[in-house]
Amino acid sequence: MLKTFPIGGIHPPENKLTADKAIKYLTVPESVTIPVSQHIGAPAEVIVNKGDDVKAGQVIAKGRGFVSSNIHSSVSGKVNKIDNVIDSTGYRHPAVYIDVVGDEWSETIDRSNKIITEIALSKEEIINRCFESGIVGLGGATFPSHVKLSIPAGKKCNILIINGVECEPYLTSDHRLMLERGEEILIGISVIMKALGVEKAMIGIENNKPDAISHMTNLASELHGISVHALKVKYPQGAEKQLIKALIDREVPAGQLPVDVGAVVNNVGTAFAVYEAVQKNKPLFERVVTISGKSLSQPGNYFVRTGTPVRNLVEAAGGLPDDTGKIINGGPMMGKAVNSIDVPIAKGTSGILIFPRDESERPAVGPCIRCGKCISACAMNLEPFLLMTLSEKGLFERAENERITDCMECGSCSYTCPAKRPLLDYIRLGKSTVIRMARERNLK
Amino acid sequence: MSNLLNISPSPHIHDRETTRKLMYGVVLALMPALFISVFYFGIGALIVTATSVASCIIFEYLIQRFILKKPVSVTDGSALVTGILLAFNLPSNIPIHIIVIGSFVAIGIAKMTFGGLGNNPFNPALVGRVFMLISFPVQMTRWPVPEGFKTGYTDAVTGATPLAIIKEGIKNGESLSRLMEKIPTAFNMFMGKMGGSMGEVAAFALLLGFAYMLYKKIITWHIPVSIIGTVAIFTTILWLINPETNANPMFHILAGGVLLGAIFMATDYVTSPMNPKAMIIYGIGIGFLTVIIRVYGAYPEGVSFAILIMNAFVPLMNAYIKPKRFGEEVKYG
Repeated sequence: MLKTFPIGGIHPPENKLTADKAIKYLTVPESVTIPVSQHIGAPAEVIVNKGDDVKAGQVIAKGRGFVSSNIHSSVSGKVNKIDNVIDSTGYRHPAVYIDVVGDEWSETIDRSNKIITEIALSKEEIINRCFESGIVGLGGATFPSHVKLSIPAGKKCNILIINGVECEPYLTSDHRLMLERGEEILIGISVIMKALGVEKAMIGIENNKPDAISHMTNLASELHGISVHALKVKYPQGAEKQLIKALIDREVPAGQLPVDVGAVVNNVGTAFAVYEAVQKNKPLFERVVTISGKSLSQPGNYFVRTGTPVRNLVEAAGGLPDDTGKIINGGPMMGKAVNSIDVPIAKGTSGILIFPRDESERPAVGPCIRCGKCISACAMNLEPFLLMTLSEKGLFERAENERITDCMECGSCSYTCPAKRPLLDYIRLGKSTVIRMARERNLK
Repeated sequence: MSNLLNISPSPHIHDRETTRKLMYGVVLALMPALFISVFYFGIGALIVTATSVASCIIFEYLIQRFILKKPVSVTDGSALVTGILLAFNLPSNIPIHIIVIGSFVAIGIAKMTFGGLGNNPFNPALVGRVFMLISFPVQMTRWPVPEGFKTGYTDAVTGATPLAIIKEGIKNGESLSRLMEKIPTAFNMFMGKMGGSMGEVAAFALLLGFAYMLYKKIITWHIPVSIIGTVAIFTTILWLINPETNANPMFHILAGGVLLGAIFMATDYVTSPMNPKAMIIYGIGIGFLTVIIRVYGAYPEGVSFAILIMNAFVPLMNAYIKPKRFGEEVKYG
């Protein structure tokens, strides 16, 4: 029996079209637009001016406060302007526009291919380096890594969990990274273990990636304390709480964090970024992005500089098909549809999906037949149909009592509903209202 | 317009399962029982089913189109399911006008007055059936004898159901062992060769439908298993206490509508609870009430009443019996 989480979950068609496509380097674009908010927390503060010359890896915006992150230039060239850009959230945020000249990197970055195994930095130095290098969680949430690695006083962490689940359909960036950069990922894991002061790390990989499981198992067999675990294919297994439950059978209490059960979860992509930052002194300005979709002629996986317009990636994949109806930043379950092909790729962009018009429209909505499938699908064991009704009717106090804030917005309920009801849309509305109400209550 | 992008929120993919597919899945699961019914009761079974289905669909269409003036949704298959289930609860020789009246009660009163699919508190087919049983007690309890396929309709030879034979006999002071000789063997009951409403007789056909619905994940095991389990346990206890007046559990499960009710009527999505814990309590309630009515009540059969009574508790159960949330109880530290 393969391990998995016990409650809820769905199994959408996997559509991993790019699983055997080796990662290529996307040509550096002619210009980049680098948003100063590519992470959870306060936006970074721009420290360059129009006309400045910058190099790849140079800090162009400083993290403000603890929960924030540095932003680096991903290219060398001249700052064209500092202006708002509509990013993948659909809102305008400040960004640094840079016209590319050559490809010069900061001198401090080790650009050689040599893999450095020895970890020279101390615990504090590692955490500081993660902050300096702008490392954030690359699984999608983009939570600043230095915050995650700084265990709060009074809390104890005894295990590191590495997320190689990649449960979203289509996406293969983590899969390819494990196959092609496995050694670096493992060193990155050792670095994170040192920062956390833990002896044990577990890598969870879903069973639809047998090549990655055996490759990582082989590599990890030479290391002490790191083990690889095959997991049953089930969405949303890549969610932190579900992955912890699946691997070590600890249940993170509602409203608390993984560290409250002694675990810290990091994505394999983050482990790779930590390796690059700590061992090679390379800040986070490049990541693996899957470009996929059934209508694309050449879907694939690419190392992409942050700030690159989606357009360049789509052109590398054979150009935008005529029948395109939707462009998604991320996976089909939790990704966000973007309103333009020119939005910049950011630290949190794990994939870009191109959906044809006939798959882009929402199906027609019918009445709730009370089949209970949304309850069976909910990995948090909530009652999505009820939360939707309560939100629809504005009964937010009741929604709060029904624990609407436990919802992680994985979308399993909306996916599974036979009447195609917009469950998650209403739950999001209710959840954000309840969170706002709770905040106002705390102010009083 | 054609180059505009759709920016609807996630999730961007949806399961292929639809309300319509679920309903047609139930229809498919009911087919073995219909086939057996035609095999034993003849053309009458087809006439009753066709009449019931047609009336249910037509009433739903007319009400949606002309009274509610809402978009017509009869193609969603729910009226079809109600029609077949209503037919399955009737004797195969019942006069056509009674079926039409029953269908009107089922669709018009039990379903559409509450707002249509998804809003009715009581199982429409059962409301129709119980209305007919009370209004037309004679026609509703004239059960054709399963004599094999025939083309006649209302001229069938009729007899009592096994449950009625036992009920009457016990009341008249006959001994159970004598009465058991008058009813079909357990094997014949399993195969459906007994008097009864047309869809309830063949246990194996109903179980086949159950297996199909489980495989297709149309329903879960909770409600049927808890009903059948409760009937089995409760009747075993009564049988052990007094085997001379109480029939054995095998008889109680195979005779009458326990299987049809447990598998197809009590599992109706709209009128049953939505989470597993409540489903089991609901099932236990139905099983318990069924036996109470059969053994101590005035009617020989109690499944329909038991389900309708428990239907009434469903809103309460949905409100107070909650699934245990993830992270609700701290397991670590």
